This record gives sequence, structure tokens and C-alpha cells, in this order.
Amino acid sequence: MPALVAYGVVVVYPSLSGAYYAFTDWNGGPYPSFIGGANFAELVQDERALASLRNTLVLSVAVVIGQSLLGLVLALALNTAIRSRNLLRTLFFAPMLLPPIAIGVLWQFMYSRGGPIDTVLSGIGLDALVQNWLGDSSVALWSVIVTVVWQHVGLSMVIFLAGLQGVPEELYEAASLNGAGRWRRFWSITRPMIGQATTIVLALTMIGGLKLFDQVFVMTSGGPGYATETLSLLMYREVFVLGHYGYGTAIALVLTMIVAMIAFVQISATRRGEVEA
Amino acid sequence: MSRIRYGASNIWLEIVMIAAVVAFIFPVYVMVTMAFKSSAEVAESAIALPQSLNLENFTNAWAEGELGRALANSVVVTSLSIVLLVLIGSAAAFTIVRGGRRIHGVLLMLFLLGMMIPLQLGMVPLYTLMRDLGLLQTYTSLIVFHVGSLLPITIFLYTGFLRAQSPTYEEAARVDGASQWQVYSRIAFPLLRPVTGTVIIINAINIWNDFLTPLLYLGGSDKRTLTVAIYAFRGEYATNWGMTFAGIVMAILPVLIVYFLLQKYIIKGFASGLKG
Repeated sequence: MPALVAYGVVVVYPSLSGAYYAFTDWNGGPYPSFIGGANFAELVQDERALASLRNTLVLSVAVVIGQSLLGLVLALALNTAIRSRNLLRTLFFAPMLLPPIAIGVLWQFMYSRGGPIDTVLSGIGLDALVQNWLGDSSVALWSVIVTVVWQHVGLSMVIFLAGLQGVPEELYEAASLNGAGRWRRFWSITRPMIGQATTIVLALTMIGGLKLFDQVFVMTSGGPGYATETLSLLMYREVFVLGHYGYGTAIALVLTMIVAMIAFVQISATRRGEVEA
Repeated sequence: MSRIRYGASNIWLEIVMIAAVVAFIFPVYVMVTMAFKSSAEVAESAIALPQSLNLENFTNAWAEGELGRALANSVVVTSLSIVLLVLIGSAAAFTIVRGGRRIHGVLLMLFLLGMMIPLQLGMVPLYTLMRDLGLLQTYTSLIVFHVGSLLPITIFLYTGFLRAQSPTYEEAARVDGASQWQVYSRIAFPLLRPVTGTVIIINAINIWNDFLTPLLYLGGSDKRTLTVAIYAFRGEYATNWGMTFAGIVMAILPVLIVYFLLQKYIIKGFASGLKG
């Protein structure tokens, strides 16, 4: 089967050898030697690596929360009789299709000093909120998070909408007749019924956040300092700029472990939630 | 029920949502208006409308960014990868689902595992492999990469769809003496049309928008794709925002046109594909 060959060459072989090279001192030369866990010992001492690990986790969790909540609110609002719902859905989903690299350039300009965001804020008298959005190390990561949520919220919305449309109307009618209020109907009917959609949204968003590269690469390249350095970015730099192939793949292996762990925990946790509900 | 009646609360909701979407697409407004502004106008205001529909940025970006070339590269890479993915992916899924032996289940697990593994893990060995095979700076390297890395999602979509489909027609054809290949190409593949649409949409967006791999494999050559060309604008014309945005607008226009024409199918494709 040609599928096996292509998949083997592009995914299986490189991943396995990547996992091996993580334990070597490979610097691009022909004979890397096995050095055990030395790369990982170096990693836990490396301030930059620890910062990037922390940033990656903060970013992923914040994106998951922001994107899921906003996506759910949008889906609930568009799952009503409002007339512009199709147009609104199309527009909210649109950024999803654009190249992340273009989104990064666009938001770099949005955030620039005296750029569109600053102009709007001063225009409505909120000068106090004007910031050095990408240059201030306490703000930069949050600026990146907003960009990522902006781009992908449409996907969460669409998946939640598909889930909501699968909820039978009769359930709501029966609940209303029995005197259940709006909030009660949401909590007792909608929430458990869209459990599957929720699993998908959470898993996709979290994994997407962990692997994030393009937007950060173009917006901040990890700066200022290490304020927005992520694991993907650090790995890229170690390998393709500094030539530390072994160390770079060790970082990739850490990333792989985190992705695998979260995928596992999340899927089993949400499955359990669905059954109980 | 709210979905049936259009009452006062819906009017309020409608107004709020329209306000929300206006704020939401503000960055897109900025991008498009910037593309028409001269440097002087950009310096004056970041959000004002351009004074005239000045096309200079577009012609400059097209010529200096060699966007025609980049567009052709993106089209070649995306279309060839998609054709291969559809052919190889559907054939593999057909074999896995209708094969029925234990080995087929193992193979499926192996492919699905690929959806979990971050490509970063294999990035370096794959890069050196391509380099040693002399494939860097060729379309082949990028096409092989996309086909291999997107096969898991492709096989996932096809197997899901095939499972839900009864093999009656295929069995009938087999009774009439059709070979395995004939059953696949004449009966099974045509029936896969709806899911093939989803496969094409999801993969095309992925390939068209991919940035890091074309940067690594084709960067610096005349085979660079649109995303790499966009990135190059930021490096080479760092202060010329008008031209940068004109380049971006041209690069994303094909995607947006297709999207607005086929938006129902595209959104449905994403929702159903990812729901599994």
C-alpha cells in the first residue's frame, strides 16, 4: 500500500528517529553519540526552556478557555431565530481559513505603536488603556492569545452549533412546560447534550495551542526577552538557527509527551462527564 | 420557542450580534484599507479610509514579491498533494474497512496515532532525510511531506464514512465477477463523493496555509509558496505596510472567493469532518 510507504517515510520513521535523537548530542554531523538523559538535564536548567514551557501552557489554557467560552456564546446566539445568522456565521468563521502567517502580520500591525488599536482606544477616550502591546513583556503573551482566539473562535462556534442543532426541540418544550427557566434549560439539557462537541472543541484547541508556531514567529519571535517564547519556537531556533539537533528534538519530545498526556486526560475525562450526565 | 418566534428579544440579540461582528471584522477592514493607502496616508492615520483607490501597492507587491510565481507554486503543490491524498487515502481506507482482518485494525490504529503526534518530533530527521536525498528546493519534498502528514486525517475521514455505508453494492459487483480494483474504482470510490469533498476542503486549507515546512524546504528558491512570500514582505519591506497588505490581500483573495461561494459546504465540511 502506497499509503503505508508515504506515512512511514514522513511520520513513522522521522518520529521514531526523532525520539532517539533526543538522547544524543547530534549537531548535524554524521555520527551522533548517545548521551542518555543529558539533554533533559540541561533542559530543566535552561531558563529559556522553562520559560517557554510555562508560556506554552499558559497560552494553551488561556486559548482553550477563551475560545471555548466565546465559541459557545456565539453558537448559542446564532442558534436562534435572528435573521442575519447565516451571514454572521460566515463572517465569524472566515479568519479560520486565512494563513496563520498572514494573521500574524495583520495583528502585528494592529498592535503597533499608534496603530489601529491605539487609535481606536484614544478615539473613544480610553487613552489609559493604550499599551506597548507586543513590546511589554507582561502584556505580549496576552496579545498573542487574543490573536489566536480571534482566528480560531469560528471553528469552536461551528462545532458547538452542530452540537446544538442535534438537541431535539421537544426537550426544551417539555422543560418549559414544567417551569424550567432559561438557565435551567441550558444547564440540564443543552450542557449534557453537547458533551461530544465540547470534547472535540477542548481537545482541538488545546493541541492547536500547544503546537502554535506561525503567529508567534512573525509577531514577536518569542520576545521581548523570553516573554512569548513557546516550545515550538524554541525548538525551531535550537535546530535551524543554532544547529543543536539533539537538544531541539529533546524539546520536541517534551512537547509530544505533553500533547499525548493532555489528549488522553481530556478525552477520558470528558467521556466520563458525558456518561454521568 | 426562541427558534421559531421572532420577538423583541431577538431584535436586541440581532443588534448586539451585528455590533459584535463589526468589531470582529475590524482587522479585516484595516487590512483592506491599508492595501490602498500610500505611505503618507498610512503615517497620517492607521484606520481612516484611503483617499483614493490607489492600485500602486498591488502592482508593486505583485512585481517585487514575485507573487505570480508564488501563486503558481502554491497551486501546484496544493493540487498535486490533494490528488494523491484522495487517491491513496481512499484506497487505503477501503482496504482497511473492507479487509476485515486483524492486521487492518492495527493499521488503522497506527494511522490514527499519527493525528496525535506533533510533527515537530519528526521535523529534524525528516529535514535531514530530504536534504540527503537531494530533494530540498523541489516540489517533490513538499508534496511528499503533505501527503504523508495529512494521510491520518484523510484515512480517518474515509474510514468513518465507509463504515457507515453498507457494502451491498460492492458485494453485488463481486458476485458478478468484478476484481477488487474494479470494485474500488467503479463502485466504492464514486460513492465516497460527499466525504471526498470534506477531505479536499480540510486538506486544501491546511496545505495552502502551511508556512514552516515550505519555509524550510523551499525557502530562498524560486519555488517558495505564497505564505513564504508573505513572510518575506515583513523582512524586506518592513516599513512599507501598504505594500505588505496589498500582497496579503492578493494572497488570500483566492481562498476568500472560494469560501464565499461554497461557504455552506466548507463550514459543514469542517463541522462534520472534525466531529468524526
